[in-house]
Amino acid sequence: MTKSQSTPAAKTRLSRRGLLGLVGAGVVGAGVGLGIDRAVVSAVAAEASAADSSGAASTYPFYGAHQSGITTAAQDRLHFASFDVSDITRSDLIGLLKDWTAAAARMTEGKTVGDGAVSGPLAAPQDDTGEALGLPPAGLTITFGFGPSLFDHRFGLATKRPAALIDLPHFAGDMLDPALVGGDLCIQACSDDPQVAVHAIRNLSRIAFGRASIRWSQLGFGRTSSTTRAQATPRNLFGFKDGTANVKAEDRTVVDEHVWVPTEDSPAWMSGGSYLVSRKIRMNIEPWDRSALGEQQRVIGRTKGDGAPLSGGSEFTEPDFAKKHDSALAIDADAHVRLAHPTHNHGAVLLRRGYNFVDGNDDLGQLNAGLFFIAFQRDPRTQFVAIQLRLAGNDAMNEYIQHVGSGIFAVPPGARRGSYVGAGLFES
Amino acid sequence: MILRATRYVVVAAIAAAALVSLSACVPNAHTRATTTAATSIKVTSTASKCAISSSSAPSGTVNFTITNSADQVTEFYVLAKDGVQIMGEAENIAPGAPRTLTIQLGPGDYFTTCKPGMVGAGVGRAAFTVTKSGTKIELTGDAKTQTAAAAASYVAYVKNQVAQLVPATQSFVTAYLAGDMTTAKSLYPQARAFYERIEPVAESFGHLDPELDAREADVATGDQWTGWHRLEKDLWPPAAADNGGTAYLPLTAAERASVANKLDQDTLQLSNEVNAPAYTVSIDALSNGAIGLLDEVAKSKITGEEEVWSHTDLWDFQANLDGAREAYEGVRAIVAGKNPQLVDQIDSTLAGLEKQLAAHGSIQSGFADYNQLSAEQVRQLAGGVNALGEPLSKLTAALVD
Repeated sequence: MTKSQSTPAAKTRLSRRGLLGLVGAGVVGAGVGLGIDRAVVSAVAAEASAADSSGAASTYPFYGAHQSGITTAAQDRLHFASFDVSDITRSDLIGLLKDWTAAAARMTEGKTVGDGAVSGPLAAPQDDTGEALGLPPAGLTITFGFGPSLFDHRFGLATKRPAALIDLPHFAGDMLDPALVGGDLCIQACSDDPQVAVHAIRNLSRIAFGRASIRWSQLGFGRTSSTTRAQATPRNLFGFKDGTANVKAEDRTVVDEHVWVPTEDSPAWMSGGSYLVSRKIRMNIEPWDRSALGEQQRVIGRTKGDGAPLSGGSEFTEPDFAKKHDSALAIDADAHVRLAHPTHNHGAVLLRRGYNFVDGNDDLGQLNAGLFFIAFQRDPRTQFVAIQLRLAGNDAMNEYIQHVGSGIFAVPPGARRGSYVGAGLFES
Repeated sequence: MILRATRYVVVAAIAAAALVSLSACVPNAHTRATTTAATSIKVTSTASKCAISSSSAPSGTVNFTITNSADQVTEFYVLAKDGVQIMGEAENIAPGAPRTLTIQLGPGDYFTTCKPGMVGAGVGRAAFTVTKSGTKIELTGDAKTQTAAAAASYVAYVKNQVAQLVPATQSFVTAYLAGDMTTAKSLYPQARAFYERIEPVAESFGHLDPELDAREADVATGDQWTGWHRLEKDLWPPAAADNGGTAYLPLTAAERASVANKLDQDTLQLSNEVNAPAYTVSIDALSNGAIGLLDEVAKSKITGEEEVWSHTDLWDFQANLDGAREAYEGVRAIVAGKNPQLVDQIDSTLAGLEKQLAAHGSIQSGFADYNQLSAEQVRQLAGGVNALGEPLSKLTAALVD
């Protein structure tokens, strides 16, 4: 990353086998992110990317009341990884979280991990893998979560498991591959530059060797939701705008009520945190591409061009579910937009932050493509589960999709400077 | 099973015109001889025979006069050379009241058969050959007549398949409940073929398709799993490794009886639904049915997900393809007049896929198990499905154009 070797902070010691030092210097935009937390561009990064018009030099603060990468304006690229913790002790696990925290804080500032990629002894491998040298941070955020299986007997956390961190039920039509399900820990790395996101997961997994290993991971190449009003609504691989009605960071009261865990919810260590549900959703795009435009619009309940509801108006017009055209419902009874809408789910909403994926092809010579769905919420029992139970049995879209992977994680609040992610869980 | 409840319905006059009710005798009137030199043939239907006065006729108009000499009401069918597609039929022929079925037949091989009691596979099936007479057979009639005939013919096909599904299901259930697992396993894919040929129809009756044909993965936590695939798993019990790591527990005698009897009852209900006097299909339901059946192949048969324990996916594949061809043939002549290139494309890719599949067996003689196919063979079949899927997906638009 940009000129990190020239900044004082780069000299902070960071060994991947035991991070002791805690990074302090060089942080930009220390404002606590309750809403949008896009921070001021650092002078160093701006210099390096003066020709870059996409705002790729942006940085977001790692430390704060909430973790970044949730209400942060959705970046264009994703690398997500789920980890199994090895047979280690509770203090080893805490050590891993401290090391991850320090490395993540450095990378989100556009700095190399540890002593860097090229300045150590020639006879030794370097702390940083080097592929992000010269690249701006491109809005990198790194978000950590704890899976239900972390709360078994191994680390003395059984009594700390939040009631909201349930084991997800089997939904109708689930075709889950056990190799793509669950995990003790997760890391979501998002950036506008794919190589920066990959660099983050690569280096964090390297730091974890011997303490945790990747169970499954996912690359995403195009965001499928906008999380701020400033962003245009992107399209998923069905070709439709996705996330028009998503929770937006500017809606502070909605975010506070439906995304962040409030102090009145137990356990206390989750206050200011959120719950992440991930679903790898394979799209059967070949049959979809052969279906008529009218069928596609009926399934979604919106027009393909503008994303307007079939009841009329433009993209951001509220759907009128009672409206009829020629005595038939304008928005079908099993249209996706109807079944997923808060008015049909007791007001439940999700902050969605999904990404398109194409993992090469399958054995049939067809694209292995779809949507890696990520949603943040205050309580999955009344939000994701309630909505998905309704969708799984009824959604017209089910004919064209299959859920093949699944994860649920408690995302703790942001770390205080000098502390580490999840400290509240171990110190409460 | 398909989760789609109803295909996008094209609102067009042609579709509305095709809402016909099928009562008695409906000849398949896709074609008509321009010069008429009708051939008359006598048919005598008894309890066990279907005697026919001639086993061949020159192409053109053929009048079959059927006399019922049994004590039950009977039916007479002229079937295409695949033995499945109905070229024409006469229903509800009472004893002692002869009926005439007039149809136009082009040169080729056909079958004739009678169905005393109007259920089961029929009796006295015999080959019937139509020789080339030089009489030109061509399209005629206005759109309304053509679409009405197509829809009526398809309704007859659906009833015919369900009439064979009912006894085939009963035979399967009887063998299963008697503990004759070898027989039950051999009957399983045969009986299911009657269902798979008309799956979009079963699907149109809401709850029936999930109750008859849900796979284990389709069932949500806490919901009850019933139907064919519940018994499939009991007949082909998985090893623990393939069962989420836990040993498979066979159904108890009481559970077997409960699931099997429900399968029987739900199948009878399907029969009641399609035999209701008001039962009709629209013309776009035909073409969309053909498309939907191929989507089914692409989604769950070509992937081996439909028959995950028995691996009899290729039987379902063939049956879906049979159903798609039947629905396609119903509208083919209409589309040929509007978009002959599309019909040529579908004809050749459909025949190509049928040929590919025939290399692996047939419903009569049995198919290779899905898990015996090599990755390359599966990929080739998937290529054939996509090759047909692209032109077939344009059928409805061409039909209502």
